[in-house]
Amino acid sequence: MADIMTPALGESVTEATVARWTKKAGDAVRKDEILVELETDKVSLEVSAPSDGTLSEIAFEEGATVEPGAVLGRITEGAVAPKAAVSVPAKASEPPPISAPALVKVAAEPILAPSAQRVVAENQLDASAIAGSGKDGRITKGDALATLAARAKAPASPSAPAAPREIHAREERVRMTRLRQTIARRLKEAQNNAAMLTTFNEVDMSAVMAMRAQYKDAFEKTHGVKLGFMSFFVRAVTHALKMVPDVNAEIDGQDIIFKNHYDIGVAVGTEKGLVVPVVRDADTLSLADIEKGIGTLAKKARDGQLAIEDMQGGTFSITNGGIYGSLMSTPILNAPQSGILGMHKIQDRPMVVGGQVVIRPMMYLALSYDHRVVDGQGAVTFLVHVKEAIEEPQRLLLDL
Amino acid sequence: MAQYDVVIIGGGPGGYNAAIRAGQLGLKVACVDKGVDGGSTLGGTCLNVGCMPSKALLHASEMYDSAANHFAELGIDVAPKLNLTQMMAQKAISVGQLTKGIEFLFKKNKVDWVKGAGRIAGAGKVEVMGSDGVATTLEAKNIVIATGSLPAGLPGVTLDQQRILDSTGALSLSEVPKSLIVIGAGIIGLELGSVWRRLGAQVTVVEFLDRICPGMDTEVAKTFQRTLAKQGMVFKLSSKVSGAKASKTGVSVTVEPVAGGAAETLKADYVLLAIGRKPYTEGLGLETVGIAPDKRGFIETDHWKTSAPGVWAIGDVTLGPMLAHKAEEEAVACIEAIAGKAGHVNYAIIPNVVYTSPEVAWVGKTEEQLKAEGRAYKSGKFPFTANSRAKINHETEGFVKVLADSVTDEILGAHLIGPHVSEMVGEYCVAMEFRAASEDVARICHPHPTRSEALRQAAMGVEGWTMQA
Repeated sequence: MADIMTPALGESVTEATVARWTKKAGDAVRKDEILVELETDKVSLEVSAPSDGTLSEIAFEEGATVEPGAVLGRITEGAVAPKAAVSVPAKASEPPPISAPALVKVAAEPILAPSAQRVVAENQLDASAIAGSGKDGRITKGDALATLAARAKAPASPSAPAAPREIHAREERVRMTRLRQTIARRLKEAQNNAAMLTTFNEVDMSAVMAMRAQYKDAFEKTHGVKLGFMSFFVRAVTHALKMVPDVNAEIDGQDIIFKNHYDIGVAVGTEKGLVVPVVRDADTLSLADIEKGIGTLAKKARDGQLAIEDMQGGTFSITNGGIYGSLMSTPILNAPQSGILGMHKIQDRPMVVGGQVVIRPMMYLALSYDHRVVDGQGAVTFLVHVKEAIEEPQRLLLDL
Repeated sequence: MAQYDVVIIGGGPGGYNAAIRAGQLGLKVACVDKGVDGGSTLGGTCLNVGCMPSKALLHASEMYDSAANHFAELGIDVAPKLNLTQMMAQKAISVGQLTKGIEFLFKKNKVDWVKGAGRIAGAGKVEVMGSDGVATTLEAKNIVIATGSLPAGLPGVTLDQQRILDSTGALSLSEVPKSLIVIGAGIIGLELGSVWRRLGAQVTVVEFLDRICPGMDTEVAKTFQRTLAKQGMVFKLSSKVSGAKASKTGVSVTVEPVAGGAAETLKADYVLLAIGRKPYTEGLGLETVGIAPDKRGFIETDHWKTSAPGVWAIGDVTLGPMLAHKAEEEAVACIEAIAGKAGHVNYAIIPNVVYTSPEVAWVGKTEEQLKAEGRAYKSGKFPFTANSRAKINHETEGFVKVLADSVTDEILGAHLIGPHVSEMVGEYCVAMEFRAASEDVARICHPHPTRSEALRQAAMGVEGWTMQA
């Protein structure tokens, strides 16, 4: 009998929802075959079979909440039904599944001092969610009491409203996915914590569009990736961040942490919701590398294959509402970052250039920023710099 | 020229433990030691003229005192007769076995014992002056200074080791004094004072401060002083010794009140000067590597590193309590650091013990320290009068006091006074190292009937549920 364990879910992730079982109890399973999908706050995970055999027990049905280390189900080991066995050699040549979380070592049980055991038991605390400050991470009485105090202080949990409202005819109640819950919570946290406001500008896209038209075939031939607008904006943003470091900083308690690395989160819409994977060290990448990086991350996002690491540690974000047709918006910060650039739809508009009304492809730009860190002057300077770099892309070449 | 990874100067608890650990870790190591007082034995002050011989006399004299004064109530009638020569001989035998034990451990761990006085002779060099007057030089990638300390002197009191003694002299008197004056009510003075009082001396302790044992929790110190006074020890606190004059048959000591006023002269057979110890760095060649000790002679270190590259220092020559177990702890950490490991000493958890009767032992913060820090704390106390084992043994002096944070309940200090508490304080060291709450000790099963139950009952007292008092 082999246990199918809930794997470690990543930093600060303490629970997951069972999204889907791919097998029924009694089905024959093969080692490394995907059995169950889990959804966490941040990502979806696939748990594969630890051994060949028969899925003899499902301990958590779909929709149930599980913690790392929980036994999801059991496999009675033994010969697999011949049909499956036949397919083994054929499949053997395939690359192993990318995510084999069942192989991830399960975190050891937290160690509690006797007093902490008492506090946890009497108050039904979740010991695995308590950070231990004792020797080798052991949980002291003080740690348990602090967790208890934090729970007492926390406002009534928003996920537990007084009583669910009654459903009327022609209404449908659907439980929020964990990803949606997380998006909701984080957006609200950003609004609650930051002194957020938005500054606008507009950018003439003529030059970038002309350059793209002229070189897109050669670019694709050389680099094997399409030349889009996003790479220009990522480049323009990293350049502007170096000029206005406040926008690349974050607040930590009484301090401001300035970051001398430029990891740009690029919002990607997926069918389950918006995720923001990060292009690392974007300032050191060529436009082609940026396009490739975005392409890889976007594909992973749409396939639900993003790892938590892919989304952690961004220093600034870019979101493009223009692909859905948005003309203007005020993006919400991706906490703890202090700035986010909103791109919008390119629209031909009459512009006055040198006393003449001409038609130009224009895009509104929005920069939402945390006014606690970034002054108005810095924010406007930043956005003007992005605008100038897009209108005259040669500035990027010359480091202007 | 012999080449070593580590050359340790000093073979006391810091030096010999450092040497053993270095040997264990596969370092090529030499320990340079000149022996104590002309002897050629390892072990330093602790083994030769400190902890070990004093404990030998404390134990023997306590047995004598028990036989003379306490056996009768147990139904054993004896009239003990003191044989001081044998008492000193048994002490010497034990000490000899212990120092031989270190020699054995050196061999076992491939430590070279280089006999002679070590002196740093520039970077990476230690010069050893043998007793034959021949100097040899060792080459060392790392030098560890572990030269320890010496009894501190007092102006106006010149040691002659005949009538005016330091701790070394007081450990080997050939007669029991009729009267003994102890200058300094610290651990050494009270231990040696106790030895000779039990064997028959009239002991007077003169102390500059208005209390005994500075650093000890005040409540414990008051109880301790009361108990010692009841045993016959006389205390003159807030008193300053301005001179001592020896004659053939005795010594007279001039004592003045610290606050001012008329001086008086106390007479006794012997006087013991025990006002503390000072770091021993004389003739060590520190100047050859640019190390300048601080005003009081201590070598400043950062994680046992001195200001000179490749020169380390541990034990009494560095700041902190002058305790063998502190030196031993630093020895391990320092050598591990030299070997590239994560050596660590938790200076907050170094226990203190006074081996008198009753014993006093403590670890962590005193109530006075916590008050000074403004830390909110709770305390629990349990007297040995309520402990069944103590009662049965007619050893009910003293108590256990536990101090814990008023919010987290983490144990901040444990203060014990009573028989055998030196062996009991270790439980609180372990608990505190694991950052235990008082409730943890209160919820751990202790054997019955033992004195250790008092540790648990006192811990219960922190949160008000002491059950047996």
